[in-house]
Amino acid sequence: MRQNHNLIQPKQKWLHGFWLVLALSFFSLFILVPLFAVFSNALSKGWQLYFHSIAEPDAMASIKLTLLTAAISIPLNLIFGIAASWAIAKFDFVGKKFLITLIDLPFSVSPVISGMIFVLLFGAQGYLGPWLIAHNVKIIFTPFAIIIATLFVTFPFVARELIPLMESLGNDQEEAALTLGASAWQTFFYVTLPNVKWALLYGVILLNARAMGEFGAVSVVSGHIRGHTNTMPLHVEILYNEYDFVGAFAVASLLALLALFTIVAKSLVEWKSNIKREVLA
Amino acid sequence: MSILVSKLEKKFNKFTAVRNVTFQVEDGEFVTLLGPSGSGKSTILRCIAGLEKPESGHIQINGEDVTGVSVQDRKVGFVFQHYALFSHMTVGENIGFGLKVKGTHKKDRQTRIDELIDLFELEGFENRLPSQLSGGQRQRVALARALAPEPKLLLLDEPFGALDTRLRKELRTWIKALHDRIRLTTVMVTHDQDEALELSNRIVVINKGLVEQDDSPWAIFNKPASEFVAKFVGETNQVTGTAYNQLIEWGPFKFWAPHVPDGKKAIVLFRPNDVYVSSRAEEGSAPGTIQSLQFLGALDCLEIKLENQFVVTAYVPKGVAEQSRFTVGKNVYVSITTAHVFETKH
Repeated sequence: MRQNHNLIQPKQKWLHGFWLVLALSFFSLFILVPLFAVFSNALSKGWQLYFHSIAEPDAMASIKLTLLTAAISIPLNLIFGIAASWAIAKFDFVGKKFLITLIDLPFSVSPVISGMIFVLLFGAQGYLGPWLIAHNVKIIFTPFAIIIATLFVTFPFVARELIPLMESLGNDQEEAALTLGASAWQTFFYVTLPNVKWALLYGVILLNARAMGEFGAVSVVSGHIRGHTNTMPLHVEILYNEYDFVGAFAVASLLALLALFTIVAKSLVEWKSNIKREVLA
Repeated sequence: MSILVSKLEKKFNKFTAVRNVTFQVEDGEFVTLLGPSGSGKSTILRCIAGLEKPESGHIQINGEDVTGVSVQDRKVGFVFQHYALFSHMTVGENIGFGLKVKGTHKKDRQTRIDELIDLFELEGFENRLPSQLSGGQRQRVALARALAPEPKLLLLDEPFGALDTRLRKELRTWIKALHDRIRLTTVMVTHDQDEALELSNRIVVINKGLVEQDDSPWAIFNKPASEFVAKFVGETNQVTGTAYNQLIEWGPFKFWAPHVPDGKKAIVLFRPNDVYVSSRAEEGSAPGTIQSLQFLGALDCLEIKLENQFVVTAYVPKGVAEQSRFTVGKNVYVSITTAHVFETKH
C-alpha cells in the first residue's frame, strides 16, 4: 500500500481527492444522516420518553423474541455452516455442486418468498397444514415460525465465509495430525477449527446482524401478534404505522446500535485476521 | 521394523496409479522409491501410512497385516512435501502435538520436545511460528514432529523438494547421519536420482505405477534392468542396431548382446562416464574429433564426432582433460567401457 501512495503523481492527487470527497459525501448522505435522524427522532421528546418506549411491555417482548431468535439461530447455523463447509472443502462426493448451490439459495431468493415457503409448508392451507392441525401443532404465527424463517435466511453466512478458506488451506495439516495419532475430533478441534477461527467469527457477526434485523421473511410468518410474535423490526413497523414516532425510533435506535456494534466488531476481526495473515505470508 | 508391500493396487477413478507393486524393506533400512512425477511413488508411500486405501494388495509392518488399520494406529512418522506444519502452533507445540493427542503428561512432553529441539538444532526457535522460520528450519521441525511420538517407521515424501540446492545437500548429509544414528526403518520418495543414490541402502525404481527395478544404488546405476532405469538414473548416449551373432554393430563399435535374438532390433545405452577418451589409439578404440567442450564443474563434457558422423557425449575429469590438452577440433580416440543393451519392444 505504501508503495502505491508514492506512485501517485501530483495531478493524480487531485483526482484521488475528488473520488475521496465523492465517496465520503455519498456515505454521509445515505448512511450518517439517516443514522443521525434515527437517534434525534428517538430522543426528540427527551431521555425519559425514550427509555419509557423501550421499557414498554410489548417493546420488551419484541426485544426478548429478537434475542431468543438470534440465540437459537447462531449456534444452529454455526454447527450447520461448519459441517457443510467441512464436507464441501475436504471431501469429494456426488451432489457437492448441488449442495453449494443450495447453500446460496437463501441469498438469491427474496426474504418475502422465503417466508411464503414456510406458510405454504406449515400454514393451515399448506402441505403439512392438515397433519399439523390434526396433531394440534401450531407453527405459523408462533415464535417457532419466526425462528425457522430466520434460520433459513441466515443459512449461508458461516458456510460462505468458511468454504473458500478451507479449500485454500487444503488437507495437509489434517493429514499430518492423523499420522501423528490424532483422532478425527482432535484433528478438528486442534487443527481445522483454529485455522479458520477468525473467518468463523466474522461469519457469526454477520449472521447475528441479519438474524436480529431480518424483516421480510419474519413478517410473512409472524402474524404480528403484539407481545408474542413481534420481533424488533416488526415492532418498529407497527409503532410507526400507529404514528408513535418516538416509540418506533427508540426501538429502531437499538437496532442501529446493534449495526454500529457489528461494524466495530467486524473491523476488529478483520484487523486481527489480517495481522494473522501477514504473519503467515 | 520391516515393511512388506505385496501386490498393491490403487486407482483414482479410472486412473490406475499403482499396479501390482511388491517390495520389502528390512528393519533399519533406508529405501528410496525413485521415479518421475506421476509415477505413483507418493501414492505407495501414502498407502503405507494409511492415508490412502488400496483397491487390493496388502501392507505388513513387522509381519503384521495393517491393510485395514487406521492411520492413527499405524504409528508411522510422515514428513510431507510442503511440511504441513500446524500454522497456528509454535515450533514447540508442533513437535509436541503427537504426544499431546496421545495424552502424554505435560512434563514428559516438554522433556521430549527439549530433547528434539536439541537434536535438530532448533534452540531459540521453540516459540516461533512456522511462518517465521526458514525453509531448512521448517524441514527440521517437520522431521522432529514426525519423530517425537517415537514412530515405528519414518516415511519421507519428497523431503527436499522445496529447498535450494545448497540446503538440499546439507540436509541430505544431515538425514544420512541421523539415520546412521537412530537406525529407524525409512522409506523416502523422490524424483532426484542423486538424492536416492546418496542416501539409500536400496532403491526401488517406479514407473507408471510399476516396479522397474529393486536393487542396490550401485546396481541401479551400473546394471540397470530396463531402458527406463538406464535413462532415468543418469545421462546416457543412445544408439540403435540389429543383433547378429550375439553382437550389435554400431559404426566402429561392437556391443555384446547374448540375450537379443538374431535379426531383432535393440537399443544400446552407455553413460558419458563410461566413454573413455584418449589422445592415443588403443585396442578397440575409434578415432573422432572433439566437436564441443563444455565446463560442468568437476567434469568436462565433450561431444565427439566419430568417423561415421555419429556423435557421442563423454564426461572427462577436469584434470585429465587439462593434462591431455583436449580442445575443440583435436583428434582423439574413443572407447566405450560399459554399455547396456535392451531388446526393443513393440
